[in-house]
Amino acid sequence: MINALFEYGGLLQKAVWETLLMVGITMTVAVVLGGPLGLILFLTSRGGLIEHRWFNEILGYAVNVLRSFPFIILLVVLIPVTRFLVGTSIGPRAAAVGLSVAAIPFFARLVEQSLRDVPIGVVDAARSTGASVLQIVRFVLLPEAMPALVSSFTVTAISFIAYSAVAGAIGAGGIGDLAIRYGYYRFESEVMIWCVIVMFALVQAVQWLGSWAARAVDKR
Amino acid sequence: MNDAANPVMNAAIEMRGVSKRFDIQTGVVHALRETDLDIAPGEIVGLLGFSGAGKSTLLRLMNVLETPSSGTVRIGGRDLTGLNDAELRAARRKIGMIFQQFNLLSHDTALENVAFALRIAGVGKTERDKRAREALDIVGLSDKAGSYPAQLSGGQRQRVAIARALVNEPGVLLCDEATSALDPHTSLSILRFLKDLNKKRGTTIVVVTHDIKVASYICSRCAIMQDGQIIEWIDMADPKPESSLGRFFMETAKGWSDDTVLPEENA
Repeated sequence: MINALFEYGGLLQKAVWETLLMVGITMTVAVVLGGPLGLILFLTSRGGLIEHRWFNEILGYAVNVLRSFPFIILLVVLIPVTRFLVGTSIGPRAAAVGLSVAAIPFFARLVEQSLRDVPIGVVDAARSTGASVLQIVRFVLLPEAMPALVSSFTVTAISFIAYSAVAGAIGAGGIGDLAIRYGYYRFESEVMIWCVIVMFALVQAVQWLGSWAARAVDKR
Repeated sequence: MNDAANPVMNAAIEMRGVSKRFDIQTGVVHALRETDLDIAPGEIVGLLGFSGAGKSTLLRLMNVLETPSSGTVRIGGRDLTGLNDAELRAARRKIGMIFQQFNLLSHDTALENVAFALRIAGVGKTERDKRAREALDIVGLSDKAGSYPAQLSGGQRQRVAIARALVNEPGVLLCDEATSALDPHTSLSILRFLKDLNKKRGTTIVVVTHDIKVASYICSRCAIMQDGQIIEWIDMADPKPESSLGRFFMETAKGWSDDTVLPEENA
């Protein structure tokens, strides 16, 4: 086991960085695009602050279509888009495109649910003092939902660490790729085991950080 | 801001032909049937009824938290139903509201919760902290300014909510089951505070409740509500209820007994 670590340590280290790169890009896109998408889904939903029935339905439909793609199929379908954006369809940057496309609707739904869990009375109280929709979003909805939003971020990050390993099947690089090429195709079980150990450590670390952050922002 | 355009104290409430319909999947719910209502400046009026009678809907129509399906709502002579969004928000600053569940921001301290009402009106930090402190002082919570809602008792939370509702010096205070979640002695102390506020500032107060004790203590008159309408008005100084629901409420003011006649389901 230890010998394998010495032999493949460099590869493993490179794989960890590639995984972190993929997940880092993915989470950035998820927050920047998926976050506002979730907010808009919430605000335009039935009884929402800017209720808009057909717009909400179209948006919800689009999100569901993306979410219903089996992930590996989505990666393959997106290959032309990936080539256009990154210039190649392999490597961590290329995989980040597919991962990001999958993460946007994933995170958006979690954000929508987090906002839905803010007691409606708090919004009523803000409206009764004369707050505008933007003020309610900024001073009420986002701060009140913050512990849930942090948890949603954590869940998304962990899910996409796992997805990034799946992307290894089409040459994404990262820990999953290493596990498949060495552990599976070349029967180097020890590499496989190390890959699993590293993935486990990564997930634990993210979960621990996420739980800590969620507690830190929770005043309830 | 637009304060000059808004009524300050002693605002009257006039509603004409106001109704509220909700379209739901199984059909239409008439939460409030066409209702006229006049509340004089400085009055304390109760809206009394069982759950689903439409009393909260009627209250929420007064500051247009619910948009009326028909009719007009005037506060201090100003028609709120004809206002654009910005005008309506400015008008709401002069209509305070408190709730059964207090509805405080859990991530903000008591002081920040009160200052919130000023913050959204664009009042600067120094000024809003000063005024929020004064408001907390009025409700007797100066020493709790830095506490989060989770660290306060129910009664203290409701006092913070009252301070938030009063910090813009509203002419009207709307109370939606404001004491229903509190124990009797806390309820009484909150109601005493409201009564005193009405006496000192002349604030018009509307109280939604299903508790006749609340209504008979604080209100000069009460609308008995059933099935989305006001079925009668009762003068609390000289109550002469005519509906079975009105009689039920007045009778149970003394307490329940084996002889208490339950009201008919649909009077």
